[in-house]
Amino acid sequence: MTGAVVLGAAAWLNHEPDTPAQGLRALSRREAELIRALAPVILAGMIPTDATARQTALNEVVEAFDRGLAGMSLAVQGEVKQLLGLLTFAPSRALVAGVWTSWPEASESEVAAFLMKWQSSRFVLLRAGYQAMKQLMQACWFGNPLAWPAMGYALPDRAREFL
Amino acid sequence: MSKLPDPIRLGLDRGWTVQDGAKLKADLSLEADIVIVGTGAGGGTAADILSAAGLKVIMIEEGPLKSSSDFRMLERDAYPQLYQESAGRQTQDKAITILQGRSVGGSTTVNWTSSFRTPAATLKHWQDQWGLREYSQESMAPWFARMEERLSIAPWPVPPNENNDILRRGCEALKIPAAAIQRNVKGCWNLGYCGVGCPTNAKQSMLVTTVPAALDRGATLLHRTRVDTLRFAHDKAVSLEAVALDEAGIRPTGVKVKVRARHFVLAGGAINTPGLLLRSKAPDPHATLGKRTFLHPVNVTAALMNSKVEGYNGAPQTIYSDHFLDTLPLDGPIGYKLEAPPVHPILAGITLQGFGEEHSTWMRRLPHLQVVIALLRDGFHPHSIGGAVSLRKDGSPVLDYAISDYVWDGMRRAFFTMAEIQFAAGAKVVMPMHEKGKPMKSWAEAKQHIADLPMKPLECRVVSAHVMGGCGMGVDEKRSVVRGDGRHHQLENVWIFDGSAFPTSIGANPQLSIYGMVARNATRLAEALVSQKKPMVG
Ligand SMILES: Cc1cc2nc3c(=O)[nH]c(=O)nc-3n(C[C@H](O)[C@H](O)[C@H](O)COP(=O)(O)OP(=O)(O)OC[C@H]3O[C@@H](n4cnc5c(N)ncnc54)[C@H](O)[C@@H]3O)c2cc1C
Ligand code: SF4
Repeated sequence: MTGAVVLGAAAWLNHEPDTPAQGLRALSRREAELIRALAPVILAGMIPTDATARQTALNEVVEAFDRGLAGMSLAVQGEVKQLLGLLTFAPSRALVAGVWTSWPEASESEVAAFLMKWQSSRFVLLRAGYQAMKQLMQACWFGNPLAWPAMGYALPDRAREFL
Repeated sequence: MSKLPDPIRLGLDRGWTVQDGAKLKADLSLEADIVIVGTGAGGGTAADILSAAGLKVIMIEEGPLKSSSDFRMLERDAYPQLYQESAGRQTQDKAITILQGRSVGGSTTVNWTSSFRTPAATLKHWQDQWGLREYSQESMAPWFARMEERLSIAPWPVPPNENNDILRRGCEALKIPAAAIQRNVKGCWNLGYCGVGCPTNAKQSMLVTTVPAALDRGATLLHRTRVDTLRFAHDKAVSLEAVALDEAGIRPTGVKVKVRARHFVLAGGAINTPGLLLRSKAPDPHATLGKRTFLHPVNVTAALMNSKVEGYNGAPQTIYSDHFLDTLPLDGPIGYKLEAPPVHPILAGITLQGFGEEHSTWMRRLPHLQVVIALLRDGFHPHSIGGAVSLRKDGSPVLDYAISDYVWDGMRRAFFTMAEIQFAAGAKVVMPMHEKGKPMKSWAEAKQHIADLPMKPLECRVVSAHVMGGCGMGVDEKRSVVRGDGRHHQLENVWIFDGSAFPTSIGANPQLSIYGMVARNATRLAEALVSQKKPMVG
């Protein structure tokens, strides 16, 4: 219930113009920054550590998130946008996520603490928010062939006969 | 692009009457004997039978027409293109993720080919509790046989992949009966990518069987076209209104399609079919519409094996056990069916709990992962009433499904069973898919840990690929939405020919139950219409 009130308030307070960032279809600049801050923590151990490869991976995750969001039904897009709004609006980010700096400035341990707080929150709504961010991010990276070597996965050789 | 022949592209070249909604420039007004909403298990079967009877059929499908040339074995392409809500459909509280198809062929285009007749206990329950006397095993047998032949459903002669064989070996070690699953395939390459669209056309889905057959007989198909409402006059539907969708399949383009027909077959699948009737404000005098929607809620355990499993390679589901259905009475504690799922990167990644290191220690060993699922038989007990469909502000349907303590109890028992089987098959570590689930190193440790797990929504991972009910059949119109022959109780020319007509869940993967029921009901409808037509002609 509290969660619902907070979400509602955040949606109401969140006046930031919602135009997609340059080169993106659905994510605003601040939302893209949020994804970029969460991705290294959620995907730790799965994205490359080498600096250049890591940048490429993070870019691809942001692009995939954007593509994925733009491809969702309008109702679900609206819900995800509401969640992103809650997390990027400074007062609710501080109060509900417990992160007091902007996302690009947040340390990995602050991000992890936020995720753990929501993961086992007694509010269903915050647990749902954690699941949404975690699963969307994981789907964005694990579907990418660049992610496959780290998990030892590959398409079967026989696929070459017809693909 | 796939180098194998693509029966859909060949059919289009032969001149099928197929219209892509995204390409429609102006409003369209059509007429037919029968209009069918949805082209999945129910819609495809109905189109085949009704067109074969010489009736003029129009099929309308919300999703796109995609075929083997488009199927590139990639989850990231398939989920947004071929699934409802990008494979991210969820119950209202987000606690259950629901997989349902959304392209020509419906869920059969992406399903895993497991084929079971409706279990005897389920049919008996329908006869006894729902007054569906005609649904006896004997009277249904010929319909199942007919569809088994139509869709090449047969025992699968190839040995199971390791993921399924571990389930078999674990059951064997514990003396739990397990058996092989029949599949609807012809010349299957044993690849394991059925869930992202079969690239070889081996899977005998509606996309490559019944829908092409109907098109060859002159039926019309409109895709990327969503039926918005039915219009009624007195006790009949007179027309339906649909909206053309853009290339991405999301936004209406503004172009409208109107269809007048003698009969309306609704086959949008559970959740969507009740949603359409709710949007249309169909008569619902006893407030039964959309209620009793069932999911076969699934919980999951993963195991780490010493040798490679590669659960992404090979036919996805080939072994099952009904032991925990057969040994539990329908009015007792909830029973569950045991199976193995395909283990592809996205599906496995989002199902495994946690994030960061905790999560990636498992992900990095994907080839060694073995996964078992338990499908709970919901809808047979007073404490399992399923969920209810309602409409969001924009008119799209959403399912509210509260998991009762009765159902949670079954999930906990299933966790025990699955862990015990995996250890018996030699697992080093087993983990329940639950945000508080920990890696367990022995069956003794598992017994303690699983007993302590809090069974709560959005902590315990719960998924479903089998949505059923919401327009349930029954003789008593106070408790049901349609009659045993699929006709709406209050609307004399509206027929529900899909999984939403089931009064309970099935207790087995539902496709063959839908094929059999619809083959029977569509055949009856065809016979009635053809005999009506004759006097007019003669
Ligand atoms: C990943 C997955 C794996 C599965 N594996 C198996 C299996 O191995 N064995 C088994 O027996 N079952 C399996 N199933 C379930 C089985 O495929 C479904 O139960 C069955 O296909 C349902 O048939 P249906 O006719 O009710 O609906 P569907 O087959 O889902 O078809 C409904 C169609 O109607 C369309 N539609 C909906 N609303 C509208 C509208 N308003 N306007 C126009 N079109 C609309 C949808 O886009 C969809 O294409 C699986 C399902 C999934 C998703
Ligand atoms: S396993 Fe067989 S049916 Fe499934 S995708 Fe591969 S070839 Fe097609």
